[in-house]
Amino acid sequence: MAHLSSIPALEPGQDKTMILNMGPQHPSTHGVLRLLLEIDGENIVRLMPDIGFLHTGIEKTCEAKFYQQVVPMTDRIDYLCPLTNNLCYVLAVEKLLGLEIPPKAQWLRVMMNELTRINSHLVWLGTHAMDMGAMTVFLYCFREREDILRLFEAISGQRMMTSYFRIGGVALEPPLGFFDRVRDFANRFPSKVDEYENLLTGNPIWVMRTKGVARITKEDAIALGASGPTARGSGIDLDLRRDMPYSGYENFQFKVPVSQEGDVFARYMCRVAELRESIAIVKQALDGMPEGPIKADAPHVVLPDREKMKTQMEALIYHFKIITEGFAVPEGEVYQAVESPRGEMGYYVVSDGTAKPYRVHMRSACLANMQTLPTMCEGRLLADVVAAIGSIDIVLGEIDR
Amino acid sequence: MPWPPPVTDLEQLKEHPAIARLLAWNPAAVEEAKYDRDETTIYIERSTIREACALLRDHPSVPFNYLSDVTCVDWFPSEPRFEVVYHLLSIPNKERVRLKVRLSGDSPVIESIFSVWPGSNYFEREVFDLFGIRFTGHPYLRRLLMPEDWEGNPLRKDYPVEGYR
Repeated sequence: MAHLSSIPALEPGQDKTMILNMGPQHPSTHGVLRLLLEIDGENIVRLMPDIGFLHTGIEKTCEAKFYQQVVPMTDRIDYLCPLTNNLCYVLAVEKLLGLEIPPKAQWLRVMMNELTRINSHLVWLGTHAMDMGAMTVFLYCFREREDILRLFEAISGQRMMTSYFRIGGVALEPPLGFFDRVRDFANRFPSKVDEYENLLTGNPIWVMRTKGVARITKEDAIALGASGPTARGSGIDLDLRRDMPYSGYENFQFKVPVSQEGDVFARYMCRVAELRESIAIVKQALDGMPEGPIKADAPHVVLPDREKMKTQMEALIYHFKIITEGFAVPEGEVYQAVESPRGEMGYYVVSDGTAKPYRVHMRSACLANMQTLPTMCEGRLLADVVAAIGSIDIVLGEIDR
Repeated sequence: MPWPPPVTDLEQLKEHPAIARLLAWNPAAVEEAKYDRDETTIYIERSTIREACALLRDHPSVPFNYLSDVTCVDWFPSEPRFEVVYHLLSIPNKERVRLKVRLSGDSPVIESIFSVWPGSNYFEREVFDLFGIRFTGHPYLRRLLMPEDWEGNPLRKDYPVEGYR
């Protein structure tokens, strides 16, 4: 690890090398990432990411909101997997409150969470392939992504910023015929993954651009805090869904794809295998969907049904109180981590006993994963940087928050 | 189901692998410990944080080899004002532990754990940027998210939500 122990400032010194600025508006940087590259001809000598162009101060804003008002903010951190962020936040607050969530809500959460993972991986696959010149895959991926976004719209009324999970359960009952639409999609989807794989996995151009490129060893990946497919591509067998289950994941059977090579191709194979595993989880959730309520029995936290508000005095009072003054959360602190499509997404929520969170901190998987970028790229060719960025699947909204 | 009250008695918690290891190494390093909501928190004496992290990383039976997160909480106006929070994860044992270090408000300085986990680089820079805590021994301690010439540290509690105008 000695090679990781210095971060010298990038200043032009020697005559041999030059500093090249890549981004923040470069199309292959997936947002507003700026990379400072010191290059010797085509070779990368040093690489330094520069971030913060999308910083909106979400953590600060959260401190000024009621607990339930933070949920829509969490959507906007990572616009590719809003439901994963919703889930992580509501799980953290529910852990603070000690709430018990009814099984149907848990299974709905798992199902929606896995659809979100597929949605996110599809955007990753499409853009990653497009960065490397394979335009067709992008169109195919967005075709299936559109189906998932329609499902999101049906269940929550929104295509992207869904805010479907609420503290104590989920927002609404799924509409009539929703599960049939999900099943239809789940039956169709595996053949689509075959289609993507036909285009890429055996494609000699793809293989040459990805195999052996941007390697990172297991030890370096752990030391640099990598998680998710970036870590699993290097042989770290860690998936929080299986190893530290939350929200009822212990009831589902799935494999965790791990590759040992640690190159771009290994990370690609991990994610494509995850697509298949996720759709299997969706099917299991559909088959075993329990009956029952979708919200916890906690009137001081969960908004009452509209019908009850019109007939019961108590419900009206609770509704008024939750909306106007929120609900107090007992003092304490909780770190809740979930397996987001990009790795370990963690929420650290501190409560001082009032109705507003004292501190909400988001542990961003991308931020830690991006620290592996210099190790992956240094000593390699400039064109490999594009492959490396795509392979760690960054979302700048989550990095900058 | 409401949670049972937190356990704060060090005597009851000394069986925990991380606490046992730290106590065996240097009893003065552990200021306090807390078990609350299934999570263990250890308050570490400020000057020992780097060695404590290295010790837990190389723990023989439960190696906390993965640094999940470094962040900070500002308890303005009470003193000690800052709490730097480290979340460690043991990948082989699937266990988490939280380390905390209390810092005073006038000159919050703490030793960097960069030499233990290079992955703490961005996390420490973020805390430096948003809370103004200096990490000694960090090789490149610069603002991470805010512009270089920004005034103030936005996540401090005395910094207004709307910013200074």
